[in-house]
Amino acid sequence: MDKIKKLFSPIRAWKYAFNKPVTLPMEDIIDRPRESQNNARGFHVNDHTLCIGCGACSEICPTEAIVMVKRAGIEDKDGALAERPTIDYGRCCFCALCVDICASGSLKMSKAYLLNATSPDTYYRMPEVSFDSSGGDKIGYEKTSESDLLVLERQGMEQVASEEARESFMEILKGFSLEQARIEAARCIGCEICVKTCPANMHIPEYIDSIWKGDLKKGLVQMYETNPLPGVCGSVCTHKCETVCAIGNRGESVAIRWLKRYIVDNAPASAYEEGVVQPVSKPGRGRVAVVGGGPAGMSASYYLRTLGYEVDLIESQAQIGGVARYGVPAYRLPESRLNKDVSVLEKIGVKMILNTKVGEQVSLEDLGEQYDAVFLSTGLPESRSLTMEHGDHPDIGYAMPLLAAARSYLRGEGPAPEVSDNAIVIGGGNVAFDVARTLLRLQREKGIEGEVKLVSLETEDVLPADLEEIQEGREEGIQYFCGFGPQAVAVEEGRIQGLHTVKCLSVMDAACCFNPVFDHDQKSLISGSQIFVAVGQMNPHSYFTQSLLDQVKFKGPRIQVSQWGQTEGLPWLFAGGDIVQGPDMIHAIADGHRAARGIDQYLQEKWRENA
Amino acid sequence: MILYLVLKEVNPLSEVKLFFGPQHPGMHGNASVHLYVEGDVVKKARLVPGMLHRGFEKSMENHTWAGNLALIPRVCVAEPDINELVFAQGVETIAEIEVPERAHYIRMIIMEMTRILAHMMSLGAIGSPTGLYTANQWMQADRNQILDLFEAITGHRVYHMYIVAGGVRKELPKGIEKRLLRFLEDFERRMPEYHALIFENPTIQARLKDNIMLPDWVVWELGVTGIGMRSAVGKPYDVRKVLPYARYDQVEFDVPVSTYSDAYTRTVMKYYEIIESMKIIRQSIDLMPEGKVRVPVAPGNALKWVLPKGQTYSVIESARGEFGYYMVSDGKTHPYRIAVRGASFPQGFLGIDRYMPGVRLDDAALWYDTMGICTPEIDR
Repeated sequence: MDKIKKLFSPIRAWKYAFNKPVTLPMEDIIDRPRESQNNARGFHVNDHTLCIGCGACSEICPTEAIVMVKRAGIEDKDGALAERPTIDYGRCCFCALCVDICASGSLKMSKAYLLNATSPDTYYRMPEVSFDSSGGDKIGYEKTSESDLLVLERQGMEQVASEEARESFMEILKGFSLEQARIEAARCIGCEICVKTCPANMHIPEYIDSIWKGDLKKGLVQMYETNPLPGVCGSVCTHKCETVCAIGNRGESVAIRWLKRYIVDNAPASAYEEGVVQPVSKPGRGRVAVVGGGPAGMSASYYLRTLGYEVDLIESQAQIGGVARYGVPAYRLPESRLNKDVSVLEKIGVKMILNTKVGEQVSLEDLGEQYDAVFLSTGLPESRSLTMEHGDHPDIGYAMPLLAAARSYLRGEGPAPEVSDNAIVIGGGNVAFDVARTLLRLQREKGIEGEVKLVSLETEDVLPADLEEIQEGREEGIQYFCGFGPQAVAVEEGRIQGLHTVKCLSVMDAACCFNPVFDHDQKSLISGSQIFVAVGQMNPHSYFTQSLLDQVKFKGPRIQVSQWGQTEGLPWLFAGGDIVQGPDMIHAIADGHRAARGIDQYLQEKWRENA
Repeated sequence: MILYLVLKEVNPLSEVKLFFGPQHPGMHGNASVHLYVEGDVVKKARLVPGMLHRGFEKSMENHTWAGNLALIPRVCVAEPDINELVFAQGVETIAEIEVPERAHYIRMIIMEMTRILAHMMSLGAIGSPTGLYTANQWMQADRNQILDLFEAITGHRVYHMYIVAGGVRKELPKGIEKRLLRFLEDFERRMPEYHALIFENPTIQARLKDNIMLPDWVVWELGVTGIGMRSAVGKPYDVRKVLPYARYDQVEFDVPVSTYSDAYTRTVMKYYEIIESMKIIRQSIDLMPEGKVRVPVAPGNALKWVLPKGQTYSVIESARGEFGYYMVSDGKTHPYRIAVRGASFPQGFLGIDRYMPGVRLDDAALWYDTMGICTPEIDR
């Protein structure tokens, strides 16, 4: 009986002969393919308007199926490259690591899984916004916060608390520790988008990589390839690189500036000696004078010296550094870090002629005759003044003299600048904040519990200063009067009593030109016994004689030069830095580098013709 | 003696060399065995590996810790997730990181789903050498439902690339628990039908019972683990019990054992293991807490993950036995060395040469199947 039961046991399966089959007919597979599940990893789709061409997908692809190819109709721009990923589906294994690491979040996977073609070329394609087969317009696999392979949060940097910071000129940012620097460096994907945006085209991914690998000497060498002032830039650069950082698309950009500072602070002396100083060749090709020892002049001196020229750096002040030494406050750039950069110039044999003002002790024409070429980088050492009633009052101070005096005082070279207990600063840029915060510190040094007021045309949301300046300034106790136009200085009995202002409605007109509109009905008086003007810097170009002025072309206040820094009328005269670009340190450094190459090209050509 | 030699010369068919390779429906994967057959009986068997050799272990050294995710599942096609988990656990041990609680339970669900998948494949595959193709078709149809679930959870049907070092890649999709439970219910209803179709089938019984024995001394000699060992020596040696990983110590399940290991016992034990796996999935769904599912392995983005120096032997219980990776990190972005201990390596690599001779030719495929051999574990 048991045996018979056993025999019939499998026959029960026959009941399914009358059921609907679970298998699909062939027509259904081709014409009505099943839709994939929501999470399916099908063929890729890529939104080219979001994609920034960083190539992280190509970098992580385990099968090396992704190649970045320049796409027609897309141009390189700040923050995005023209390349887009192409995928060889003969190699792709659909692991979606590319989607997980995508910096912009543009790369996703569709639900499409069918692609039948006779030509193998069909399987090599650039993903578009949708895929041209069934399910291609539906998104399957997407990145989530868990599957994200990038680190979006920046390493926090320790800084001195505002209450403590405003008491002295000590540096506010304490710098990365080894651990922090390595973690921060490991966030970089090495896409080089920042390199194109940096005015000096610094080798950013390379030096960040050197931190990650613990080889600071290599990082230092990489930095000096394009920037001989890494210490200065590591502290006060305008970091255009960070604004375009690929990681910044969805998270906080990599702290490129602070990583640069980390290398300068932590590279051993031997790294400077072996990596930077020793490789410089002996002089012997020609003599070049560099006028002005600011960032542009220092940069030009370094590269001219590395190209084999004898360089005389002529500086009007007692020390090299320009705005880095006489402008930027010490709490942002301490002297020691600047000296590190300057000492490299000294070690490679740049001859520094200090306390010499071109136009007074020596004329520019004489320099042109004595030297093979002259690089002019005198910067913007003087402050612009404001035209208003009592604007010529002798107690009105200006930004540049105050900042210079404050630095000299800290070095022990001069007396402390005069400060009152109620100071007004006019201006809304970084310099105005430098002045205000410097005044605050000077007040504290003197034991005055005073007030510092900052008056700007722009409202707070459009202040030209950096966000961190605005925030730190507020924390330190500076009072903001944003959106006020100064009209007159209130003077009583020959002493400043305050500033008469009116409401400023807008600063820029429709064509984005400076054209402030005021509401003269809304008047107010801001009280204060001292006024500092920080509304821009300028250069009187006092060294230009009339005959030189006739030959040099200007574009507004700026000297017009060729791509290599050469002035049009005077082939021996090269110019760069703030007098050409306007105030920005990294542009000045880049100018110095370009001019050094320009001078080299010019002299080599000249000598070849004369030979 | 002379007569024998003469006869052998005269009758060259006394020993025939047969190629039992990937073209054979009873063969699993791209393996091949050279069989020397006299009459119906296999006299000599030589494993000829190499058809599948992709240099997995060496390739792993050329991929980053993150990039290896795409490569490792390929070591076993039928049960890829074991590689992911064993690799992830190794990385976690070396990097000394704690996986979130929820991820442990998700991992268990995935592991038991894949165990069911592998056992279904194997139970269905018993149909190929025995002629019971219905079993294979049914199993594939039901297996398809699990593949759908895998697709919904992980994004892919076969190579899931879901279990990653630090947890799992993504949160479970909404409502997947319900779908999973519905499938389990459905499948549980079908289980008796499978039993009737396969195990109560007199043909299968005739082919499998008391056939292709695996005595306990062979187990000890070769180092067979998994169902092979448990069916022969009667000891519940299961990595999930003896060295619990994930949260297997938090769930209740039995490990079926036996002391008489014929082909039938080894096959029916897979059936019972499926039942236990379903129990584990149900408990995991109940016990699974809310929370994070992934923690970072190392600082920085995946291109720059660096593990500290160290080595570990990471081990789990696969459908075929103890499966482990011996992993060495020299403190760089890539593994220094990974050695794979394939679960079926002992019986597959040594067992074929030594213990396949003696079986009948028609049982050769059954021998290969019921010993639980997964070719890529030999050929890696």
